[in-house]
Amino acid sequence: MNIHEYQAKEILRREGVPIPPGEVATTPAQVEQIARRLGGMVVVKAQVHAGGRGKAGGVKLAKTPAEAAEIGARILGMHIKGLPVEKVLVTAAADIETEAYVGIIIDRASKRAVFMVSPAGGIDIEEVAATAPEKIMRLPVDPRYGLQPFEAMRMGFFLYREITKARAAARIMQQLYRAFIDSGASLAEINPLVTTPDGEVLAVDAKMVIDDNELDRRPDIAALRDESAEETGELQARRANLTFIKLDGNVGCIVNGAGLAMATMDLVKYYGGEPANFLDIGGSSSPEKVVNALRIITADAGVKAILFNIFGGITRTDDVANGIVTATRHNPLTVPLVIRLTGTNEDAALAILSKHGFPATRDMDEAVQRVVALAKEGAA
Amino acid sequence: MSVYIDKSSRVIVQGITGRDGSFHARQMREYGTAVVAGVTPGKGGQKFDGEVPIFDTVADAVAQTKANVSVIYVPPPFAADAMMEAADAGVALIVCITEGVPVLDMTRVYPYVKEHGARLIGPNCPGLITPGESKVGIIPGRICMAGPVGVVSRSGTLTYEVVDQLTRAGIGQSTCVGIGGDPINGTSFIDVLEAFENDPKTQAVAMMGEIGGTDEQEAARFVHDRMKKPVVGFIAGQTAPSGRRMGHAGAIISGSAGTAAEKLEAFEKAGIGIARRPKDFVELLRARL
Repeated sequence: MNIHEYQAKEILRREGVPIPPGEVATTPAQVEQIARRLGGMVVVKAQVHAGGRGKAGGVKLAKTPAEAAEIGARILGMHIKGLPVEKVLVTAAADIETEAYVGIIIDRASKRAVFMVSPAGGIDIEEVAATAPEKIMRLPVDPRYGLQPFEAMRMGFFLYREITKARAAARIMQQLYRAFIDSGASLAEINPLVTTPDGEVLAVDAKMVIDDNELDRRPDIAALRDESAEETGELQARRANLTFIKLDGNVGCIVNGAGLAMATMDLVKYYGGEPANFLDIGGSSSPEKVVNALRIITADAGVKAILFNIFGGITRTDDVANGIVTATRHNPLTVPLVIRLTGTNEDAALAILSKHGFPATRDMDEAVQRVVALAKEGAA
Repeated sequence: MSVYIDKSSRVIVQGITGRDGSFHARQMREYGTAVVAGVTPGKGGQKFDGEVPIFDTVADAVAQTKANVSVIYVPPPFAADAMMEAADAGVALIVCITEGVPVLDMTRVYPYVKEHGARLIGPNCPGLITPGESKVGIIPGRICMAGPVGVVSRSGTLTYEVVDQLTRAGIGQSTCVGIGGDPINGTSFIDVLEAFENDPKTQAVAMMGEIGGTDEQEAARFVHDRMKKPVVGFIAGQTAPSGRRMGHAGAIISGSAGTAAEKLEAFEKAGIGIARRPKDFVELLRARL
């Protein structure tokens, strides 16, 4: 789960990380009030779950409260990568001398949380990794002992020569590590970590991604979810316990299992079609899940044909067949449906489907070729 | 011979009285797996289906039954503890089926299991099966057939799809291993490839990877440098967009890393046969047997 910058900053502030003051606004009038309270120059920053906010014009400096309001009005009406900006963070502008990067990610290779720090901050760390890898220090943390003070100091000295700044940075790294662990994060970064002419070390931007699997045991973190920042279909799917990701094609795909769902999308492409989505109905699928899945897929006007690809292991294919019958009884489909289904209880499933006039096949390639052809006819 | 499990495997089911645990314990027993004990805290002394003794702890179960394999179906918040309990009790092979284990839990479980000398498969995996001998996990037994192909995969249903097509084409399997779709798991492709290379019953390997991470690239290097047996590979997620998690916690392309194209290129360089579609495994493997 992504959380907004202002939420990540609140978490870090609670751990003691020094961050310039700021508040969230949803209207230009609020932006002006906050700017007046803060005094001096402010930065108005779009709060959306999309990278490249700055490049899209979603982060702007304002000299006066009136200018802040004007900028706020512009940013609050924007869409960044298709997502509407409904909130902005108004924050005091820091006087920046240097910019560094500090991040923690879960590293699959070392199977640990790994720090990545670089004196080349303010830009995408992947860019630094590609162009100047020697400017990045990596430090895997042993989960049994946590981040040790000497490790934090080593990273502090990698960023700054002066002991006071190195110490301040080391303290921030300890605080960031605590926030990372206590929030159940899979990524936490401060970019940039800046120094000011007064010698202060401050976190000017922060980003955290929470491991979805942590949310059940961390209700306070789960409450940070901003549903207005999610795509409608994906939100509905999550509520129905389905995994759905919208894509741009016209072949709607309903599949059980993530690997098979990806392979099905790939096969659609292989036979010349374009998948409209990734949708995994999961292991033990009840008829209700199928009903919800069809509702979400048919809400996408771009979908010209729908494919079911079900390999029944734990999933009972007769449950899926019953779901298809129930879902279409009240809301007949306006686009063609192709059903591929094999595995557990397939004879019962095929009998249910043929009784209700749905043809079905056991062969995945045959089904995909047919649905691609139908989608092309529908689009023509 | 086979990989990891055979007729002599003695299996504990952790969470045997739960919905999934009880269902799959029955399926495993029907298949012929020696399920020698179940573990559910508080239900020690009872019997599962009137035959399998239930214990309060894994340590008790191991002491009483000499089990050497444990399969875990407990809910995600308790899965890390269950894996560590099994390792502490001296179980040699731990298979965790549970989906949704927090990744920070796995950063602690992984070194713990290693230090105890156990092998962990999963979490978030379908388990493994040696056709005709033993099945540990949830892979449907009826789609498998004994034979010369070792199967290793990060996914569940995609594995079933390929195994089913192989079986229908008359190509049997030595062992099928699902290593799971999470970012941190106990057993990697390389571990299983090495086991297949050393297994006299395995003549060729089918490997199903997916987007995210670098496991497949490392596996490709291993195949090139260390394997004599032919390998055929597939990567799911060629049409997946960057930055979106495709169901599995591990299936996410970050920046330019972990793409299907990158992995297929590594396969090509290592001399791995590339299945563009799941059905291509049949002909590619037939040509290599």
